Amino acid sequence: MEITPTTVSAAHRSHWLTLRNMATCLTAILAMPLFLIMASLLQPFSDTWQHLSDTLLTEYVINTSLLVFGVGIGTLLLGVSSAWLSALCEFPGRKLLSWALLLPMAMPAYIIAYTYSGIFDSFGILQILIRSTFGWEYGDYYFPQIRSLGGAICMLTLVLYPYVYLLARVAFSGQSLTTFESSRNLGRGPWNSFFCVSLPLARPAIIAGLSLALMETLADYGAVSYFGVNTFTTGIFRTWQGLGELLTAAQLCAFLLVFVLSLILFERESRKRLRYYQNFAHAKTKLIPLKKWHAASVIILLSFPIIMGFLLPATQLTLWAINYWQKVEKVDFFHLLLNSITLAIAASVICLVFALFLSFIKRRFGGHRELVQTEVVKLGYAVPGTVIAVGIMLPAGWLDQKINELSVLWIDDTLGLIFSGTLGILLFAYLARFLSISLQAIESGMSTIKPHLDESALSLGASPSHLLSRIHLPILRPSLFTALLLVFVEVLKELPITLILRPFNFNTLAIRTYELASEEQLMDAALPALSIVAIGLVPVLLITRIIIQDKN
Amino acid sequence: MRIITVLNQLVKRTMKSIWIFLSFLCTMNSAYGMGYNSDTFDEELNIYSARKEALIKPLLDQFSKKTGTKINLITGTGDSLIARLKSEGIYSPADLLLTVDAGRLYRAQRAGLFQPMISKALSENIPPHLRSIDDQWFGLSIRARVIVYSRERVTPDQLATYEALADPRWRKKICVRSSSNIYNQSLVAGMLTSKGIEFTSAWLEGLVKNFARNPSGGDRDQIKAVAAGECDIALVNSYYLAGMLSSGDPVEATAASKVALFWPDQNQQGTHINITGVGITKSSSNPGLATNLIVFLTSDESQKWYAQVNNEFPLREDIELNDILKSWGAYKASQVNVSELGRQNVAAIKAMDRAGWK
Repeated sequence: MEITPTTVSAAHRSHWLTLRNMATCLTAILAMPLFLIMASLLQPFSDTWQHLSDTLLTEYVINTSLLVFGVGIGTLLLGVSSAWLSALCEFPGRKLLSWALLLPMAMPAYIIAYTYSGIFDSFGILQILIRSTFGWEYGDYYFPQIRSLGGAICMLTLVLYPYVYLLARVAFSGQSLTTFESSRNLGRGPWNSFFCVSLPLARPAIIAGLSLALMETLADYGAVSYFGVNTFTTGIFRTWQGLGELLTAAQLCAFLLVFVLSLILFERESRKRLRYYQNFAHAKTKLIPLKKWHAASVIILLSFPIIMGFLLPATQLTLWAINYWQKVEKVDFFHLLLNSITLAIAASVICLVFALFLSFIKRRFGGHRELVQTEVVKLGYAVPGTVIAVGIMLPAGWLDQKINELSVLWIDDTLGLIFSGTLGILLFAYLARFLSISLQAIESGMSTIKPHLDESALSLGASPSHLLSRIHLPILRPSLFTALLLVFVEVLKELPITLILRPFNFNTLAIRTYELASEEQLMDAALPALSIVAIGLVPVLLITRIIIQDKN
Repeated sequence: MRIITVLNQLVKRTMKSIWIFLSFLCTMNSAYGMGYNSDTFDEELNIYSARKEALIKPLLDQFSKKTGTKINLITGTGDSLIARLKSEGIYSPADLLLTVDAGRLYRAQRAGLFQPMISKALSENIPPHLRSIDDQWFGLSIRARVIVYSRERVTPDQLATYEALADPRWRKKICVRSSSNIYNQSLVAGMLTSKGIEFTSAWLEGLVKNFARNPSGGDRDQIKAVAAGECDIALVNSYYLAGMLSSGDPVEATAASKVALFWPDQNQQGTHINITGVGITKSSSNPGLATNLIVFLTSDESQKWYAQVNNEFPLREDIELNDILKSWGAYKASQVNVSELGRQNVAAIKAMDRAGWK
């Protein structure tokens, strides 16, 4: 929607335009790694492509599609059902389950993969127990292979459904129950009302959550490579690190991006004409009371993902961590904690600020330019962290070279590396990858604010900052905290970017976990892994409280 | 104009909070760096290491203490460290690049990242086949890829060579991890070097048919699969077996006790080995000190540490091994120069792809 002269003065308009251009510049800088990747398509295709298409390419495509499909179905089933039940039904333990459902989010995918492997593979506790109880040998009984495509789908679903759950829940709690009840009063059954009223209304939020989960799935390397599932992402790594072909790897990644982009466009096209605005019922919403048996089955249903995605692996990790406790260097461990927390806080705040800015600009102008900008920024999350890191490292290094060449020319001295290997570049890379998350969270919140609110405010002479701070922010409160939480937890778990771009002598919990786990010292990795989960708990607790408070 | 002042304030406030975070990060970072070791240092060495911190830092700390050199460390995967070195160019702060395989050293050398270092001490400490021909990089420890077999179902006289693993008698009996693993790649590269592409391709075809399952997991997982009865033999690096034998986890220790180690190719050219190694970067501002560190890492004292603590094999045979390594007996290692493993790496991967080794 363009700003018309009747709503703002000419002076106002020029400030709006400055803001608008700032947003474009920001996007351009952030999208640099993406441009580099896409530009690789302009380069000649090497012989490696012939080799890939003769051997592995089909497998990459099939596995990636199946993985995305499986995780998509899984996260939708778990995420949407648990969000709706916990947001709109009343049963004992509702509040506890509501936040506990977020717990698996703090579990890095490769850690849950290692842990499940330790429990379920042929020499895991479970199969040993089966063999000793029945006196069987391996092969006398059927047991599904945990390290397989199916296993990978299960693992990723268990740690990624919280994205769908969290965003959908915010949307469902925003829906006044009256909408649902009107539908029921008008003669629709509960299922029918759910599918025809509640679900479509929450669609932008659910899609936002789903696309985060699927982008993370596409970018996952640790879990799938451990499970021996060859996907596009493992292919990118293999092409770069094994075959030493960075260009071909970038081209593979570019095709991955095209795939993601077409999915996004397809979804957007299919809901082009739909608008979802809500009246926010500020009165305490009434919940649907559940009868005894219904309540019991709901509790069992909601406990399932919590047990499988959190309690089971966390218990196993705790058992391992207890064994390792004596070996920990306490001082060192404190540094790891501090580094991880500070990075996570800094990144989540920065991402939030930029996401607010971009989505606000998009809301005010809503032109093609803004649409393209936000979609481009969102793509960052679908790119494997390593690729983003390399995509930022290369231009930063180039810039450093040029600056030093100039400084030698002018002041006859070198300045050293200004960008490469600093915390600043690390935070910038986080921004390039995780801005997508805060943006999704905030946009899905903004989409429920009726545009007439903005128009009234503007016609009464409100400035952009007033509009944002007085009108949008209070309504967006739950979305803001959701955005903070999601990025915080993501950065806490983040591995490849930190690994590649960090400065000297700087380690985080995720790095320590990875280093120990990749040397196959899983027991030793348990304590840092568990700490990631524990720290992730704190914001989960705080923020669910805020979201619940807002509701009441 | 009001809007501009409001906006200004907004931007200022945001920037201020970001700066507070950043400066907090920086102070914390430098405090961390300095507080780590309160001694004052005369000189510094910067290391990019593909070796995990836990497996190198104890030795670096010893060197620090001995020489008063401050050592700064970044760990990562070999290829990302090489990419970082390349992008930082001649201004890179790194003095040394440590990797855990010869292939990466070869790749860094090809990219022109190393400077040659002729040193008598190094030539004495490191056998010629474990360093590059033109003294650009140097082996630090040896990693052997061995056969592990089930004590219940296999006798050692059924085993002989890597080649024999393609024999149909082992149909669906072999466990090994993915072909993305560098040690599998260099095993195949070694075969390519000695036997050529046709022989190796045929061998791979047979080997892949003998896989008991889709390759997945790590080396320890292959050992566990043998213990569980999922397969009869596995190809693994020996230090994983040693790590499991001395593990505090009863599950791992039990699994390891059910298998035994076999040295392949003892009557041929010897068991396949790879190295962890190091090179001095072209950008290094203190190659002399960097050389001293390498000499230290290859000294008797450090070599003993690899064999005692890390379960890896030292560069020289006169170094004392720990009890587990001793119990495996002496073995004959391949004398092929490890550069060849790097040279044949890409060809090896392509051959594995064609054979369907996932």
